[in-house]
Amino acid sequence: MTYLYAAYAATWLIHIAYLGSVLARYQRLQREMQELKKR
Amino acid sequence: MKKAFPIFALLTAVLLSYALYLALVWAPTEQTMGDVQRIFYYHVPSAWTAFLLFLINFVASVWYLVWRSVKADIIALVSAEVGVVFCTVVLVTGPIWARPVWGIWWTWDMRLTLTLVLWLIYVAYLVLRRFSSGTQTPLMAAVLAVFGALDVPLVYFSIWYFRTQHPSPVIGKGGSLDPRMWHVLLINWLAFLCFAFLVSWSRYRLEKTKREVEEMLALEALLEPKGLR
Repeated sequence: MTYLYAAYAATWLIHIAYLGSVLARYQRLQREMQELKKR
Repeated sequence: MKKAFPIFALLTAVLLSYALYLALVWAPTEQTMGDVQRIFYYHVPSAWTAFLLFLINFVASVWYLVWRSVKADIIALVSAEVGVVFCTVVLVTGPIWARPVWGIWWTWDMRLTLTLVLWLIYVAYLVLRRFSSGTQTPLMAAVLAVFGALDVPLVYFSIWYFRTQHPSPVIGKGGSLDPRMWHVLLINWLAFLCFAFLVSWSRYRLEKTKREVEEMLALEALLEPKGLR
């Protein structure tokens, strides 16, 4: 069962890590857009 | 789409939870391998989703080469990126299954090696897109994607045409999967497809907005020195 849970946990860790990177890029873009609006 | 997005996201979350329940609880236990066989319900749908995304990348790249469409370029980039994520899942879950079943984490057999090569090709594609800033980048990336896509059928058919350690196909000729296992496999694939669509759609919107911001910044830089603002 250890291998089974490890595989399922690894799958979601990979997806969550990718979603986190997309979210970080989105937040960076939001900041850039706000700076642009201020000018 | 903006209004439908949260509803679709919620439905996908429900479907993923249901698929997880089916895979871990409802699906029958395989007689030889035991519970570790259940990794199959994540490993195979992830592989199929990755193949589909690389196929979309191929079509979008050809579309870009013919029409020079910005939309096609963004679709190609997004499908390659999400495809690499799913392919990473395949390359991680495979060895975790292989260790208790084969007694080894990895072997350089045809299916495994070609899958690793496929992953490396699309990682190279993403590196090219990330670190090359010239106007020819989308063109070079599209050409690389067309050649890279040739590896997808090689990976898929390798278990038919080469002697490999990888298990025999469970679909098509030679497949003999229990109907309940089939059901769980297809529900999991549907759940992963919905999830891949959601992630790809979010990434597409992000890339589109990013390019719009870059255009605005470039326009600003052009106007500034001449005092036209």
